Amino acid sequence: MQRRDLLKFAATAPLALLGTRLFAAPREAPRLLVVFMRGAYDSNGLLIPVSSDFYYEVRPTIAIPRPGDGIDAALPLTDGWGLHPGMRATLAPLYKAGELAFIPFAGTGDLSRSHFATQNAIELGQPAAPRKRYRTGFLNRLVETLGRDTTRPVSFTTDVPQICRGALPVPNIDLAGLTGRPILGANRAQAIGQMYRDTEFSAAVNEGIELSAMARDELEEEMRRANGKAMPGSQLEREASRVGRLMADRYNLGFIDVGGWDTHVAQGGIQGKLAGKLGQLGRALVSYKTAMGAAWSDTTVVVISEFGRTFRENGSKGTDHGHGTVYWVLGGGVRGGRLAGNQVDVRRDTLHQDRDYPVLNDYRAVFAGLFARLYGLDGRRLQEVFPGVQPQDLQLV
Amino acid sequence: MVILAHRVIYWAAGLAWAALWPAAPAMAAPPAIGPAALPALVDRLTWGFTPAEFERARKLGAQGYIDAQLSAQATPHLPPAIQGHIDRLTISKQSASAAFTKINEYRQTLRDMPDGPEKVALRRRMQAIANTRGADTARRATWRALYSSNQLHEQMTWFWMNHFNMYAPKGHVGVALADYEDRAVRPHALGKFHDLLAATVRSPSMLLYLDNHYNRAGHINENYARELMELHTLGVDSGYSQKDVQELARILTGLGVNYRSTPPKMPVELRDQVVQEGNFVFNPRFHDYGDKLFLQRKIRGAGLAEVDEAVDILARHPATARHISRKLAQFFVADRPSDDLVAAMAKTFQSSDGDIAATLRTLFASQPFIASLDTGKFKDPMHYVYSSLRLAYAEFPPVARVDTANQWLNRLGQPLYRRVTPDGYPLTQSEWSGSGQLTSRFDWARRVIVAPTRFYQAADKEPQVHLPPIPSLPEVYKRTQRYETLSPATRQAIESARTIQDANTYLLASPEFMRR
Repeated sequence: MQRRDLLKFAATAPLALLGTRLFAAPREAPRLLVVFMRGAYDSNGLLIPVSSDFYYEVRPTIAIPRPGDGIDAALPLTDGWGLHPGMRATLAPLYKAGELAFIPFAGTGDLSRSHFATQNAIELGQPAAPRKRYRTGFLNRLVETLGRDTTRPVSFTTDVPQICRGALPVPNIDLAGLTGRPILGANRAQAIGQMYRDTEFSAAVNEGIELSAMARDELEEEMRRANGKAMPGSQLEREASRVGRLMADRYNLGFIDVGGWDTHVAQGGIQGKLAGKLGQLGRALVSYKTAMGAAWSDTTVVVISEFGRTFRENGSKGTDHGHGTVYWVLGGGVRGGRLAGNQVDVRRDTLHQDRDYPVLNDYRAVFAGLFARLYGLDGRRLQEVFPGVQPQDLQLV
Repeated sequence: MVILAHRVIYWAAGLAWAALWPAAPAMAAPPAIGPAALPALVDRLTWGFTPAEFERARKLGAQGYIDAQLSAQATPHLPPAIQGHIDRLTISKQSASAAFTKINEYRQTLRDMPDGPEKVALRRRMQAIANTRGADTARRATWRALYSSNQLHEQMTWFWMNHFNMYAPKGHVGVALADYEDRAVRPHALGKFHDLLAATVRSPSMLLYLDNHYNRAGHINENYARELMELHTLGVDSGYSQKDVQELARILTGLGVNYRSTPPKMPVELRDQVVQEGNFVFNPRFHDYGDKLFLQRKIRGAGLAEVDEAVDILARHPATARHISRKLAQFFVADRPSDDLVAAMAKTFQSSDGDIAATLRTLFASQPFIASLDTGKFKDPMHYVYSSLRLAYAEFPPVARVDTANQWLNRLGQPLYRRVTPDGYPLTQSEWSGSGQLTSRFDWARRVIVAPTRFYQAADKEPQVHLPPIPSLPEVYKRTQRYETLSPATRQAIESARTIQDANTYLLASPEFMRR
């Protein structure tokens, strides 16, 4: 299939589903991308509590200097807070333009401080108490609640993560590992699809065959645009552009994860391991925005991580597992340029367990509040996504 | 809780035995693996069914085959050609100690070197030592999985490598990875869990991977302590506290890696406390000698002996018995094994002092295991990749270029020793059955069938091997009682294929071949 045909197909598929209700539908569902920083990034290396003397006292080698202390200092954001200087060309302009908000003291009630247990709990959308065993991911429940005819979910991962698993199959594609050549051919792919027609994998197989053809086409298009030159930027930036184009053309609910944030050792300050990772993610988000084009105006990106890290640096110039963290919310329609949610002065006596940030903004409440605004979901339907939730309206969009 | 009655019954015909399961009515027949289930048993105990392996099992009978696999020696038994390939790897020619010594020399040179391109190049050469050794270890693992006759032992070695997972590209973890597999894990893969655990705690790679070489008195790093309880032994939510993590971290202070093969210099009064085995070192200067309260037990400050005490407590804890049993059942039976099965296995685990083979005997004799031979267990990418090569290339000379397989494992999301997080790769179907995964598997199936030379020589070299055509795999299935287990839809696709190559592709891409 040629790219043009694919785009035509992509454009007609949802219309066909909508059928005659097209005019009645208020508008296409807005676009949402959830980015999961797996490994618990050190939010105190990004959003700096610059008026906290305690911060500078307990981070002798990894603190980011206060604004004004030379060029390598935190960029001033708002009273008491600064941004890592590595974000000067990426997140800082977005914040200034009012397209980026931070939610400090965000997280879960989970105190296991285990990456896996907490990531899993978040993806399930499970509260810390009362303990109940959830089986489906909260993005899957969101699709179920919104309905399949206006919601087109996708996961940009090698496999379908827990957050997308559930009653409705969500396709996945690894855009980082794409190669150009088709291997199987259309006829054989169809014959294989037939073998799966009566199995639980039938929908996944069909969607996968279609999606991989389309993604290959994206790649060809990308190489054509690069015009024989090497494609610029890191792998993550290129991947983010591909994600942006697919989200602009075809999908409106996406998930992607970025690993490698578990900085127990030598995490660095202005430069170093963490600064490098943060800089890369910042640039990738800008590539994503660029690739979205006009679609950026109805896009919301939420960047989360399972928990924060210890407020003090540890014995090896890194940080250990903590509790509260900082979420990022960005997009064309985001009411940004501010810190949203409940806050507290950063002092030793306000730390949680004398160790890390408290959680004052529960992730379920924050997401529910956002979903209510984005999708117009009422209390009852929010309960389908997050049973028992008390939504928190931070007026993010 | 169900009370379980185990009884060994010898069948007149041979060695087959089965346990009464669970608390069955007195008259019920004991479950047994019938001849029809034998191909499925072979598929489950190995890295993939082959006609030759099936023949072996047929001669021994189901129980004889299980016994033989459970009691196989730890050393892999390999064809000479494969052993030759392995012998030529760097990890076979240079010891980990020699590699650490070399890295240490590089480090000293680097320290005195001015910044510049030469320094960058030297640093790269230093890192290449670890990278090469990590990649070599992955090559060796794939060769052994494909060709060792001790197949269950190979699977269990991987199971524990995954359970005590590490990420080879982190720092110098890759340097001693081959030793870790062969000295710490492999000898105990079907032995006592306690010995296995104790060996991992003294492994340089593990201490590097989980940052314990930074964990020193007054500079606590909790990383290893937490994973040791959460992942390696007790399991999350088994009742330990943050305080226990901190106490265990204190117990583990001073355990690290010495890149030199001679023990570190020490003041006289500490000299008899130093322990160095290979590059593992217990350095008393970094140890917190205070008393600890760990899992309600008082542990007196005594140096390395505290670690042995903690390992004993963890290995013999009832939560560990349950955690390990559940994970084994998840690997061999079902994504969500029944509580009864886990309880029965945990009981064996505890009464046998953590004997892994004994625990597996309970598992293999269980009704849920036997029933699962009918339904199958969804393959992870390793099982899928290895089983397709074992079946499709059964008549070929041994695969010479395992890198092709290892690159595909990477594409399918399960590269060897490259799971970043210490939890290891997941064992459940839902983790490996997304649309992207399935379509990549179809691509792989096609490659295996149409491009076998890729597994014998590098793409840029002139073809030199001459391989016979791959036989019709559906015919192989017919000869080995497997064809009738395929669904009508699968058979229809195979029977309407235009070429043998297409039919073979469809067999490897079929829903049935996704299960083992």
